[in-house]
Amino acid sequence: MAAFVLRRLVQAALVMAAVGLIAFALFRFVGDPVVFMLGQDATPAERAAMSAQLGLDQPFHVQYGRFVARAVQGDFGLSLRQLRPVSTLFAERLPATLELSLAAALFAVAVGIPMGVYTALKPRSWLSQAFLVVSLIGVSLPTFLIGILLILVFAVQLGWLPSFGRGDVVMLGGWSTGLLTVSGLKALILPSITLGLFQMTLIMRLTRSEMLEVLRADHIRFARARGLPDRLVHFRHALRNTLVPVITVAGLQLGSIVAFAIITETVFQWPGMGLLFIQSVMFADVPVMGAYLCLIALLFVIINLVVDLLYYAVDPRLRLDGAAAH
Amino acid sequence: MPAAESRWRRWLDSDIAWSFRRSPVAILAAVVALICVVGALFAGWIAPHDPFDLASLELMDALLPPAWTAEGRATYLLGTDDQGRDVLSGILYGARISLLVGVGSVVVAMVLGVSLGLLAGYAGGSIEAFIMRVADVQLSFPAILIALLVDGVVRVAMPDSAHGGQALWVLIASIGLSGWVQYARTVRGSTLVEKRKEYVQAARVIGRHPVAIMFHHLLPNVLGPVLVIATIHLATAIITEATLSFLGVGMPVTTPSLGTLIRVGNDFLFSGEWWITVFPGLALVALALSVNLLGDWLRDALNPRLR
Repeated sequence: MAAFVLRRLVQAALVMAAVGLIAFALFRFVGDPVVFMLGQDATPAERAAMSAQLGLDQPFHVQYGRFVARAVQGDFGLSLRQLRPVSTLFAERLPATLELSLAAALFAVAVGIPMGVYTALKPRSWLSQAFLVVSLIGVSLPTFLIGILLILVFAVQLGWLPSFGRGDVVMLGGWSTGLLTVSGLKALILPSITLGLFQMTLIMRLTRSEMLEVLRADHIRFARARGLPDRLVHFRHALRNTLVPVITVAGLQLGSIVAFAIITETVFQWPGMGLLFIQSVMFADVPVMGAYLCLIALLFVIINLVVDLLYYAVDPRLRLDGAAAH
Repeated sequence: MPAAESRWRRWLDSDIAWSFRRSPVAILAAVVALICVVGALFAGWIAPHDPFDLASLELMDALLPPAWTAEGRATYLLGTDDQGRDVLSGILYGARISLLVGVGSVVVAMVLGVSLGLLAGYAGGSIEAFIMRVADVQLSFPAILIALLVDGVVRVAMPDSAHGGQALWVLIASIGLSGWVQYARTVRGSTLVEKRKEYVQAARVIGRHPVAIMFHHLLPNVLGPVLVIATIHLATAIITEATLSFLGVGMPVTTPSLGTLIRVGNDFLFSGEWWITVFPGLALVALALSVNLLGDWLRDALNPRLR
């Protein structure tokens, strides 16, 4: 157990160190920080003094070590474009992205699972066929096109829902939430559908295939033979057994949702971290970019680590393999 | 030529041709893909207007709706954009860039992935462990995120690369880098099987160089599944390129791809000029979906278990 956990932790640390190195290389070698801080017409002596003050005359590994030490504390310096601490910028943007991602995940699960169950129980009905067509569209259309189409129909043609921004937000402590105002909730609908549609089709197809498989199992036939009502067989005996893999996949997809929020946030001008990242790329705002790089890598590393450890806890075969290897 | 004719006969009698004739979806997808490819390749001859010829642009013709609406004009079949450029011509030229980036990045991913897969499978040991570990880590991130991050880092590190022809190479490299893992894993798997066979042992016994064994003897025998991956990857690569261009970190407005056209047209959605963005979007979906369906069909046709 300890060896397995240790291997995974070392691997996670290596990934973070590599991403940190890329972020650090960006900081250090894109543009000259000394010129940036002193302006073009400083004397060489002033430059050397500034360089020593910033620690830029130290060897590479010392500078990298100092960068890591500060990054671990969440200190990525000042944004070049807004001249404010990067950590403050991200703290402001984090609630928007998290609320959008959770709403999208909720939509994917709350719509995907019932649709999957229905298509498995009534495969011949026209509604099931319609669901499957919808899922095909959801898989094959790129995210940004889905967003544009939704805006075209529901914002431009029908005028029901807003097409950009978060609506009115309320501050709860340091957390800005759009969930408590009507305009905030209305603004959330189109972006979360856009972001969650792909995951919804994924969950629907998975639920459907798992359900079809379970419905053929012996314990279902036995439950039917006992004369239990269909509703009980379908939901108590079948659905429960399909939920484990569905929940695993849904959890694994959470990282993808946060990553894909970059696209949805751009389409809907949603003031989250993804939009911040795209803007930082366009304006060559290196500290913001480096921080996003580290943040998104950390998110994926944590999610994968948790899933690996959960598998290990659930599946005894992994434990045997680990023991045999050592 | 009789030789060519008999080869053509043999192709018509083959399992794949038979399976193709039996699948209406594959035929339809092939026709749509062919139209897209021909339209893109011969954009210079087919397009009714040259969207890059500034002299021929008429600002009076700006924002005309499609030809079948009341204010539309027959010369601009799908309408015009804010500069008076023909939307249909823009799509044909844009599809050329999209296809170029798509094919280019598939080639990059394929060369990289197949080489690393061969190396991992043939060399084994710590080289294999290292390559496959890196592949595992990369696989845990979505490919489009990797492409976006690589593209973003290169753009910021080399500010000149955002323009014109350079952007094309940056896109090809970053999308290519994001897609090599599938190739490497598949090729490594088949290499592990192939390298135990007699012909490889024979080549080793007569003292051929390991590199020659990998590329001369093993490569032809592990390429089958690679074709299928490449076809499906082409659809993904086209969509990834369109997404990056839509986000504003792909092709610039001066040499637009389909994604750039959609991005530009998006600004006119609210004033009611839907055709500027919807038609490039439809072209993108037609291209990506038809290539994807062809890939699905090819996978089933080449799978001996489904025959």
